[in-house]
Amino acid sequence: MTTTTTTPSAPERARPYRGTKVRRQRVRAAWTFLAPMLVTLALVAGWPLLRTFYFSLTDGTLSALGDASFIGLENYLVYDNGTWYGLLTDPLWWRAVWNTVFFAAVSVSLEVVFGVIVALILNAEFRGRMLVRAAVLIPWAIPTIVSAKMWAWMLNDQFGIINHLLMALGLIDSPIAWTASATYSMWAVIMVDVWKTIPFVALLALAALQMLPKDCYEAAEVDGIHPVRVFFKVTLPLITPALMVAVIFRLLDALRVFDVIYVLTSNASSTMTMSIYARQQLVEFQDVGYGSAASTLLFLIIALATVAYLYLGRKQLQLGGD
Amino acid sequence: MTAREFKKLTLRLGFWLLIVLVLIYAIFPFYYAVITSLKPSSELFTVNFWLDSLDFSNYVAIFSQGSFVRAIFNSILVSFSVVAIALLLGITASYALGRVRFRGRTTVMLVILGVSMFPQVAVLSGLFEVIRGLGLYNNPAGLILSYTIFTLPFTVWVLTTFMKQLPQELEEAAIMDGATPWVTITRVFLPLMWPAMATTGLLAFIAAWNEFLFALTFTLSDSQRTVPVAIALISGGSQHELPWGPIMAASVTVTVPLVVLVMIFQKRIVSGLTAGAVKG
Repeated sequence: MTTTTTTPSAPERARPYRGTKVRRQRVRAAWTFLAPMLVTLALVAGWPLLRTFYFSLTDGTLSALGDASFIGLENYLVYDNGTWYGLLTDPLWWRAVWNTVFFAAVSVSLEVVFGVIVALILNAEFRGRMLVRAAVLIPWAIPTIVSAKMWAWMLNDQFGIINHLLMALGLIDSPIAWTASATYSMWAVIMVDVWKTIPFVALLALAALQMLPKDCYEAAEVDGIHPVRVFFKVTLPLITPALMVAVIFRLLDALRVFDVIYVLTSNASSTMTMSIYARQQLVEFQDVGYGSAASTLLFLIIALATVAYLYLGRKQLQLGGD
Repeated sequence: MTAREFKKLTLRLGFWLLIVLVLIYAIFPFYYAVITSLKPSSELFTVNFWLDSLDFSNYVAIFSQGSFVRAIFNSILVSFSVVAIALLLGITASYALGRVRFRGRTTVMLVILGVSMFPQVAVLSGLFEVIRGLGLYNNPAGLILSYTIFTLPFTVWVLTTFMKQLPQELEEAAIMDGATPWVTITRVFLPLMWPAMATTGLLAFIAAWNEFLFALTFTLSDSQRTVPVAIALISGGSQHELPWGPIMAASVTVTVPLVVLVMIFQKRIVSGLTAGAVKG
């Protein structure tokens, strides 16, 4: 601060114009600038979310949304003639919940392990490193729909190259119906998702690796400590905060997964996730009330998972980063 | 050769082997899609790892379909409009959030973070009602509106991070000269923010280009669809008779521009992704 002000400058640096006309003008301008964005978000996110909550308490249908009448919690749970009905008693819903959790846990774990390995490779000095980094980014750039179609073709039971290779190597005797069988389809879906999202985790891990101080590695090398030990004792703890951020981004994505599963296995129950279940009820069965109940539960589960994660990780979110 | 040299050599070989493995894993599926798309349908069901001749009949087939060309046009229209809107609203909002201290700023940041966490399905029925109420059902304009739900929070977040890094002296000079906040944004910050805007614009473009759930739900007729939906809905006589040649040709067509963009702008993309996540 080189300007001559009468107030002490140290604590004032953050808010130099407090109480002045300029500052009032700036605050007013700030809200004017924020208004269009906030109105848009309210229109496409806030209001629709509230309507979804409301629809989940009605018997609305897609063709006659206006005629929806309030039925309380009947979409969730209702007792009628000695039997419980509703979303919470639907085994398919619980199947979808389990599938989603399984998918999220397995695919995110695999992505972190392989992402860190790829990041370690890219962090080494070698000729053509930029080229390899660009190539590794390709799966991330490919639209999910396209990557699902590409893998569906490679995983094709009769003519797919993967069955062809596995049979040529003598690993399997007969072709596997990867996307149709109840046993393999979940793993096929996970495989495609992992392929597509390793680059994201790898890039975040690489960014963290490049910020590490060099001197402790030199010390470790002088002391002759095995590189694997150095990785687990030094590198991993230091990049864990960055990995945690990657994990939460990926977990939130994985819990709402839709595209890759819809294209690979459609509405099959062995890979049905919460998003697939909710959309099927909403759009294909036109049952907006019931589908909205499923959407609402999905929203609550994700919100709860986020809060729990932030709490357990004791991660201080520095809003705005200052 | 000493044992030490031998060990060093094996390590080097192993390292390069690992790089080759990673490269094959990353590139092969796309390479195989390209190969498949360039085969005549008679050879589709024999497995090859390279091509002896080029056959463009699959490309001719998809481009002679009016609906696929139309879908490409819709995707371009939607993606560019979404990017323009997100950047326009994002740059003004990020000025407010990054440069001005005011009460409620943290709350606004929290709201933005919260919206970016929304599962799309959670707003599906409510957004369906909004879009139908505005008369935008089965219309690319409905998609442009709905896509702001995921492009806007991200754009604002990343631009705010960049906006904060700019030196304060610039703005003080502008204020001393009596510039209004709007003039400060357009004359002082905009020229400096171009790199950041290019990065976020690119990421928003890719997200909009790839979106599937809203496009599938909010459009009905072939002429209004975007490319991902068009590809997902290409079908043959039955589930087991999918026309893989044309599907791969369409897939390659919509992916090549993205791959080229990523190759050219990989540095920007990396900085945008890490700014959005690490600093967020």
